[in-house]
Amino acid sequence: MLTIISILVENKPGILWKVTNMFRSRNFNIESISVGVTVDPEFSRMTITTKGDEKYVQQIVKQLDKMIDTVEVRRLDEHKTVYRELILFKIKVSKASDSMEINKLASAYGAKVHDAKKDSIMVELTATPDQINAFEELAKPYGIIETARTGVAALQRSGA
Amino acid sequence: MENMIGARALMVALEKEGVKEVFGLPGGANLPMYDELYKSNIRHILARHEQSAAHMADGYGRVSRKPGVCFATSGPGSTNLITGIATAQADSAPMVAITGQVPVKMIGRDAFQESDIIGMSNPCVKYAFQPRDPSEIPEVVKKGFYIASTGRPGPVLLDIPKDVQQNEGKMTFPHEFKIRGYHPWTDPDIANIEKAIDMLLSSEKPIILSGGGVIISSTFPELQSIAEMLMIPVVTTFKGKGSFPENHPLSLGPIGMHGHAEANKLMVEADCVLAIGTRFSDRSIGTFEEFEKRLKIIHMDVDPAEIGKNQTTSIAVVGDLQASLRIMVKMLMKKAIKQTEENKWIKHVKEVKQYWRENLKLPKGEMTAAKILRKLREVLPKEAITTTEVGQHQMWASLFFDVIHPGTFFSSTGLGTMGWGFPAAIGAKVARPDVPVVDIAGEGSFNMTENSLATSVLEDIPVIVFLVNNSSLGMVAQWQRTFYDRRMIGIDLKNCPDYVKIAESYGAQGIRAQSLDELGRAIKAGLKSDVTTVIDIPIDPDDDVLPFVAPGTPLKDMILPS
Ligand SMILES: Cc1ncc(C[n+]2csc(CCOP(=O)(O)OP(=O)(O)O)c2C)c(N)n1
Repeated sequence: MLTIISILVENKPGILWKVTNMFRSRNFNIESISVGVTVDPEFSRMTITTKGDEKYVQQIVKQLDKMIDTVEVRRLDEHKTVYRELILFKIKVSKASDSMEINKLASAYGAKVHDAKKDSIMVELTATPDQINAFEELAKPYGIIETARTGVAALQRSGA
Repeated sequence: MENMIGARALMVALEKEGVKEVFGLPGGANLPMYDELYKSNIRHILARHEQSAAHMADGYGRVSRKPGVCFATSGPGSTNLITGIATAQADSAPMVAITGQVPVKMIGRDAFQESDIIGMSNPCVKYAFQPRDPSEIPEVVKKGFYIASTGRPGPVLLDIPKDVQQNEGKMTFPHEFKIRGYHPWTDPDIANIEKAIDMLLSSEKPIILSGGGVIISSTFPELQSIAEMLMIPVVTTFKGKGSFPENHPLSLGPIGMHGHAEANKLMVEADCVLAIGTRFSDRSIGTFEEFEKRLKIIHMDVDPAEIGKNQTTSIAVVGDLQASLRIMVKMLMKKAIKQTEENKWIKHVKEVKQYWRENLKLPKGEMTAAKILRKLREVLPKEAITTTEVGQHQMWASLFFDVIHPGTFFSSTGLGTMGWGFPAAIGAKVARPDVPVVDIAGEGSFNMTENSLATSVLEDIPVIVFLVNNSSLGMVAQWQRTFYDRRMIGIDLKNCPDYVKIAESYGAQGIRAQSLDELGRAIKAGLKSDVTTVIDIPIDPDDDVLPFVAPGTPLKDMILPS
C-alpha cells in the first residue's frame, strides 16, 4: 500500500540529509521524496512516499517524530488527500503519425506538450503516481528518451 | 547583553549549567576554549586519549544523571571521540561532547585537521550543533544540555569552529528557549496503566522485566513497591541489572544470552510481562518472534519509538517512568491491592530459583570466576559503584556479582565497548568521590584504555581495577570453542603485558592475587589506598560463561553447564 507521509521540518541546512540518513540507517525505504520551503520561510515541507505493512509504517512515523528537527509528522490518508507528482517525458517521434498520437494521449491525460520537434516531443504530466505509471506504459512503445520526475507533493483536503 | 569572545561565552554557559569538571585533550582547533578554561573555575581532567575522555564523561553522566562533558580538538581528536559518543548513545547516557572545528571559511576545503564530525557522528548522537556565530553559543549550550538530559537521555555534540571561539559577539544567556520539534515529556496514559494492572491481576504467571530505563529514571522504590504489592517476580535485562535489589526474595536477576538460569527458565514460563524501560534487545530476549508469540506484553517507556519497534505490545504506556510507576503505585494503594498469599506461581518461582542457586554446576578450583566475584561482593561495601569492561568477566559479573543497592552497576551493554569500564569508573568516581568505585575488567579490555591510569593517578581519582585475567580475549575464545570447533585464532594475549608492573609504572598500586585470601586482602588494600589499585587475578583461560543462549536462538534453548 502506498503511504504518504507529510513532514514539517525546520528550514535549516542539512535536515533533508538527516531525514534520509535516518531512513538508510534504520533500513527503511523511500519511494519518492519532495521538499520545498513553506509560506512561512522558517519551515520546509517534505513529502515522502513509501510502501510497507502497518508495523513498518508506524515505525517510520515514530522515528521521524523522534527527530528533533521535525516539527510535525503526519501520515496522510490517500483517500482524503490531494497528491500529485510532476514528470517530464521526452518521447521519440519516428513517423508523422506518432506525433499526432502522442498529442492525443497527452490531452487524454491532461498533460501539456512543450517542445514538439521533428524527432521528439516533450510532455509534462502532473498526476498521481498511478496515472503517471499508466501514461508511461502507453508512451513506451514510441520510445521514451528520458524522464525527470519530482516525487509526490501532498496536502490533506479541508475538513478531512 | 555582554560582549565577549565565543570561547569565554562557552565557559560562562557551562558554569551556568553547573559544570564543575570536564574531561578532555587539547589541540589546535580548541585552544581558544582551553585558554578560557584556564581562566575559568572549571576543573580540567586530562585524558590520554579522547575515547577515554568520552567514556569518563559517560561514566560521570550515568552516575550523576547530569550530562558529562568532554573536550576534543578537530580532526583526529573528534574522530577519537566517536566510539565514546556511540557508546553513550547506545546506552542512553547523557553527555555533551564539545569539539573544535576549523574556521568557518575553511570548512569544506579539506583543511588541516578538518573532519566532518557533524556528518560522521549523525547516527550516534541525539543531536548536534555547529554554531556559526559566537552569539549563538549561549543558546546552543543551553539547548544541548536540555536535549542531552531530558526524555531519553543521550549524547549531544557541539562542534565549534575556531573563529567562532575566537571572535567577539553580543551574548545573552537565555533562561528560556524553544525547540519546536522536541517534546520529551508525555503524560502517561492513566487508562492504560489501569488496564495494565487488570491484565497483571488476571494473568496466572506474571513477571516484571526491568530495563535500563528504570536505572536512568532512578525509579527503584516505585518498582519495588509494585513488585511487592502484586507479588510478581522481577527479572531484569543486563542493562537493568541492579534496578531491583538482587538479594530480594522476588529477584531472579538478568535474563538473556548469559542470564541467570532461573531467570531465563521462568521468563519462558510466564504468560504476561510488565516490561519497564527496555528496548527488548536481541541479547535480552533471544528471538523477537518467539517472545511476542507467547506473551502478553505491557510496555512502559519514555520513548514512543520503542513501542512496537522490536515487540508487538498488548498495552503501551508512554511517559516518564517515574511518573508512570508512581501513578501505578497510587492506583494499587487505592485499590488496596496487596497480595500476601503465596500463590501457585510464586511458590513455583521460589522453587525454581532455589533449585538453580543450589544446582548450577560451576567449574572446580579456588580461583574461579564465581568465587572471585563472590569474594568481591563480600568485601565491597554495598553502596560501592561497579563498572565493567566487555567480555566473559562482564557476564560473570552479571551472574555472580549481586547488586544490592539499586543503580550502582554500570556497563557498556548496548555497544559492548571494550575499554569503557576503566575510564567510566574514573568518571563515576569524579561524580561520587564519597564511594568506592570498582571496574570489573578483563585484561584485553583494560589494555585498550589502561593509559587512563595516568589520569587517575595524576588527577587523584583513585579506583580499583578488578582484573579478571585469563590472558586471552576470553569471550571470543569461548565462541571459537563453541561455534568454530576450537579453531583458536587471535585470542591469546600471552600474559603480555604484566599488569602489576604497568600499574606501578604509572604510580598506581599493583597487586597480584593468587588465592581467595590474597584477593580479600588486595580488595581491602585497594579500598584503603589513596591511589588506584590494579588487582591482577590470574584465572583459567579455558573457562566458559554458562548458561549461554546462542545468538538467534530462543531463551528456552539455553545451554547449561554439563
Ligand atoms: C572495541 C571492541 N573490540 C572488539 C570487541 C569484541 N570482543 C568482545 S569480548 C572480547 C574479548 C574481551 O577480552 P577481555 O577484556 O580480556 O575479557 P574476557 O572475555 O577475557 O573476560 C572481544 C575482543 C569488542 N566488544 N569491543
